[in-house]
Order: sequence, then structure tokens, then C-alpha cells
Amino acid sequence: MSANGGQLPARKGPIGWDRAADLDKAPATIPEPSETDVPAELRERIEMLMKRYPDRRSAALPALDAAQRVHGWCSPEAISQVASVMRVTPAYLASVATFYDMLKTEPLGRRYVYVCTSVACHLRNAKAVYDAIDAEASAQGLEDVDIREFECLGACDMAPMASVDGRYVGPLDPSDAAELVGQLKDGREAMPGRGLTDSSFKLPWDERGAEPPASPGPDAPPTPPDPSPA
Amino acid sequence: MSETLQTKVLTANFDTPDLHKIDVYEEQGGYRSARKVALEMSQDEVLETLESSGLRGRGGAGFSMGKKASFIPKGTMDKFLCCNADESEPGTYKDRLLMQKNPHLLVEGCIIGAIAAGANRAFIFIRGEYSTQADILDAAVDEAYAKGYLGEGVFGSDVQVDLVVHRGEGAYICGEESALLDALEGKRGNPRLKPPFPANQGLYQGPTLINNVETLCNTPIIIEKGAEWYRQFGVGNSTGTKMVSVSGNVQRPGNYEIELGISAREIVYGLAGGPLPGREIKCWFPGGSSAPVLEPADLDRPYTFESMAEAGSMLGSGAIIVVDDSVPIVGVALRLAEFYRHESCGKCVPCREGTNWTVKMLERLDQGMATPMDLDIVASVQENIIGNCLCVLGDSMAMPIGSMIRKFRPEFEAHIEAARAAADEAAAVGEFSAVDLAQSPVAGPGVG
Repeated sequence: MSANGGQLPARKGPIGWDRAADLDKAPATIPEPSETDVPAELRERIEMLMKRYPDRRSAALPALDAAQRVHGWCSPEAISQVASVMRVTPAYLASVATFYDMLKTEPLGRRYVYVCTSVACHLRNAKAVYDAIDAEASAQGLEDVDIREFECLGACDMAPMASVDGRYVGPLDPSDAAELVGQLKDGREAMPGRGLTDSSFKLPWDERGAEPPASPGPDAPPTPPDPSPA
Repeated sequence: MSETLQTKVLTANFDTPDLHKIDVYEEQGGYRSARKVALEMSQDEVLETLESSGLRGRGGAGFSMGKKASFIPKGTMDKFLCCNADESEPGTYKDRLLMQKNPHLLVEGCIIGAIAAGANRAFIFIRGEYSTQADILDAAVDEAYAKGYLGEGVFGSDVQVDLVVHRGEGAYICGEESALLDALEGKRGNPRLKPPFPANQGLYQGPTLINNVETLCNTPIIIEKGAEWYRQFGVGNSTGTKMVSVSGNVQRPGNYEIELGISAREIVYGLAGGPLPGREIKCWFPGGSSAPVLEPADLDRPYTFESMAEAGSMLGSGAIIVVDDSVPIVGVALRLAEFYRHESCGKCVPCREGTNWTVKMLERLDQGMATPMDLDIVASVQENIIGNCLCVLGDSMAMPIGSMIRKFRPEFEAHIEAARAAADEAAAVGEFSAVDLAQSPVAGPGVG
């Protein structure tokens, strides 16, 4: 989440733990292992992660990520389970979880679609792609998917693009929104053949194939590349 | 044509199928350099070779890699190598390609970097969004461990190098080297006060060498072919080849490997195809979104560290973002400022407040609630950020925004007038009442 505060989306109700502290309560201490129920797999994973580093606290990020996969978000329960295994306070983990964009401090959805709208994608009409996907998700009643605008995802060659649970797809057009949302709703792979690591993936203007270079923009007709006028 | 303008050193064998597998990589001559460094070369020889190759950091600062490694103190304390794979600079995606296509080149580079620094533990800090690439790296590291190239006694020598792929969770600031160390220690990614520099007190308070992915990927090639061979590429103090990521309003955005010193025009027009038909280039970022924008005339400059600095900008991460004449510059400035506002860690006041105020002022400007005088205030906010924070995140917004206002002031002024006229017209037909104004998040009470 943003460190500036005030940038979070409007809350729908009293959800999440990211609320004012109850000052009548004693501060949370390291949860007792005997009183904290941790799924065996998660415990094993966190213990393995702690062993990888000279200091066990280095495992905070990957451990929170692992707990988030189990709980869907960094819920108070998830935080206290990680805290119990790592032997750190929940407040310490909360300070970490609120800093990073990919750790969710609200139950926004188990799956995610990050639509890049940063500078390079902005120049290629990314906002329209995001708006179309967002509108389509409401129209089709898509649930349990966190759809948001994201900062540069490092795939400006396939701009505008989106990351669907880590799978990079692009270049996208607003007209792709219905197909993408439909696939998410049915739990199918998003945009098959158009993922960055798909074997058939090719940028529309890649010359290595037989196809002539196509226009990257919706309005521009395909033309041969312009040689250096220098 | 695009093939002749490229100089493929790092990407020479990228078309080899299954290059990410260790057997294929070794068939291509892989791990020969790391083996040579571990068994035949002394640490001083490695440092000497890297320094005389002239290899400069490819992450943004452009500091000599060999010199940086030689700053690591000698001694028996725990020392660390961190590979910065938190590639989050808007417009930059070269490291993604390198790790995805040839992960073993980076693993080998990490072994060489670790031996050069005398480090026994190495970490690759990769951004969480690159989960596919992190999986590829994890598999490569496992393969290297299985062959005895990592761990205790690499290649049968008495050197130990352990390598861990550590995933971030989405924060641009973690690309800043001291924030990266805090994130790796499991904390919020806040930059540290320097000095002490990481070379003396870095990760876990131990001496730490931090290098970018592309920098480390160059080291196996330099060791194999020699510093002399490497220096034949490039001009002056900008030696070698560079991965350039071209994005924005061009016909063929993509990663291209070029010899440092060819003109920027050859990259933008020759390789990336230039702007779309009927469009003209308005301005371009030569080194990621943090670099001050340059004008079309600057395209004839050679693409080197020195030449870009001379033009008042920087080569940075080697990401060229092209903006054409169809895009209003105010929108680009606003989008850019919003990025830095979101990513500011909030530790230093000038950056935290400056990025926020810049966004608010640019929004007002875009909504017809500003006068040309406000441009001077925006510009002065930028001047008050530069040099006043622990790290350069604030500067990274202030420099490009400042350069846009300097170079495109008439367009900003015209935009202000047009937006005011549109707002007045809307108010006249009653679409925009005084009540709306008071409730508007940008013009409401308490703002401005």
C-alpha cells in the first residue's frame, strides 16, 4: 500500500485489521505456539524459509507471502500464525505487510489482475484497458479477484499489459476485456497464446516470423518501418 | 537491418532452445569462467580483469564494477553479494529478459562476483512481480547446486558460495541498494543513511557488494574473453554493450543489445522503427523515467554515459521511453508524479510531501484551477527535493518533471488556459457548481 496514507480505496465496512488501535487492550505479544493453530504445511514452509538466511527475520517477506496464499490475504489470523512460528511480534509483521504492494491487508480477492498503467503503458492507452476490464468484471459479476492499476511491471515491450496471477499477458486492447474476465470467471488460463512465456508468444511487430510487422496502435495502419533519416 | 545495428554479446545465444537448462548452457561454454575463477585465478587477478575491462554498473549509477568490488575490505568476516534484480524503473525490462532466457549466465555471474568480493553468501533480490522469472532462477540454482557449482567447495575448490533467490513483494524503493538490504533483512524497505556504505556495513552489518543483473551477466564473458577483448566495444569510458529497452510510442518496442556509442537515433529509428506513421517525437527519456527528458535533436548524440550526462540527462538503466506529439505532456508529467508518490517510502519529508504536492498541483493544472504562476511553484518544489533526501527517489521525480516544465513551458501554459476555459464553460452551463468545487478533492478547503 502507499506509504502516503489516504490512497487506499474506500472501505466497504469494518473489515481488515488496518483500523485504529484499541488503546484499552494490552499490546499484542509474540503468540504462544501452544495457543496458536498453524497449518502443518505453512509451519514447515516458514521453518524452511528461516533456515535459508543467517537471520531468521529475513524470512518475513516470503513467510507472509506463504501465509497469504493460505488465507487469501494477510489477515490478523495469518499474521499471528507467522508471528508464532517466526517468534516475532504481530506488530513487526504488520509493519512489513503494510509496506509492500503485493501483501494484502484487506481481503481483496485470492486471485489478482494487475493492469500496468505506468508511464510506458500510459503512452499506449493502458488506462482504457484497465477501465474496460474493471467495467467488464462488474458486468459479469466477477468475484474474489483483486483488479487494480499497478505501477510498471517491467514488460513495456508488450504494452499495454496485465499480470494475471503472475502470468504476463499482452499486448491488450480494451476489446479483450470480455474474453479475459470470462476466462477468469471460469478459472481457465487467461489469454492462451498471449502470455509472455507461452511457446507461441510473439509480439505483433516481431520480424522473425513470416508475418509482416503489424501496427501496435489501434488507429495506425501497418506500414514498413521508417529507416533512420539521419 | 535491425540485426546489423545490434551487437550481440550477452544475447548471442538467446535463440538456443532450452538455454535455461544447465546441460545446454554448458554445451555453449557455460560455467567455464566461474570454474577458471574458482580454480586458477587469484582474487586480485579477478578484480584486476574486471576493473581493466571498464565494465560500469548497468543498473543506473554507472559506477566501475571492478572498483566497487575492490572496496570490499579483506578479512575473515562474513561478506555478502547481492544481485539487484528488483527491476522496477518504468520503461526498464532488460533484466527480465536476461533472467528468463539465460538464468545460468546470472548464476555464473553471481559466483564470479562473490569470489571477486570474497563473499561466501550471495542473494538475488528479484521483484515479486517477476514470479515466472524467479521460478526459472530457482530451478537454475537447484541445478547448479546439484552439480557442485554452488555450496561448499565450488568446482572442487575450497571456496564456498551459497546462493538464495529472494523475492520482493512489490516496492520500487527496494531497487535502491540500502532499501534492498533492509527488505532482504525482512524489514520495511526504507533507505539507510550513508555512510556507512554497503561496502563496509551492508547486509547484516557485513561488507556487501551490490550489482545489477546485467552487470553480473557481463562478468563471465569478460573472464572468458579477457578485458582487452571487452574494451574493443564502446567508446571512451563507456565500454561494452548495453541492453536497451525501448518503449512508448515507437513501432517496435523491445529489448535490443547495442554497442555503447551508436547514436540514439539508430536505436529509436533503426531498431525500434521510429514513431508511428504521421507522428513525430516530442521528447524521450534516455534512461528510464527518472532521467530528464531530451529533445528530438538530442537523438543524434552517441548513446554513452558521458554524452547523456552532457545533454543534462543520464543513461541510467538504458530504458528509452519515446513520447510522440499525440500525447499531452501534462498527462505524462502527472502519471510520472503519481508513480513516485505511490512509491515514496515516506521516510524523508521533502520526498513524501514533495511527490504528493506535485501530483496535487498537476491535477489542479489539468482541471483548470491553476494559473501559469503555479508552474513556478511546481518547479520550485522540485528544486527543494533534489539533494535533500536519504536516497534519490525524490530526485528521480524532480529531475524529469523539472526538465519537462523547462522544455515545454509554452505547452503547459496553453494547457492551463485551455483547461480554465473548459472549466469556465462548464460552470456557465451549470455542470459545475460552487458546491462541487468545494467538495472536489483537489480544490476543496484546506488545499492550496
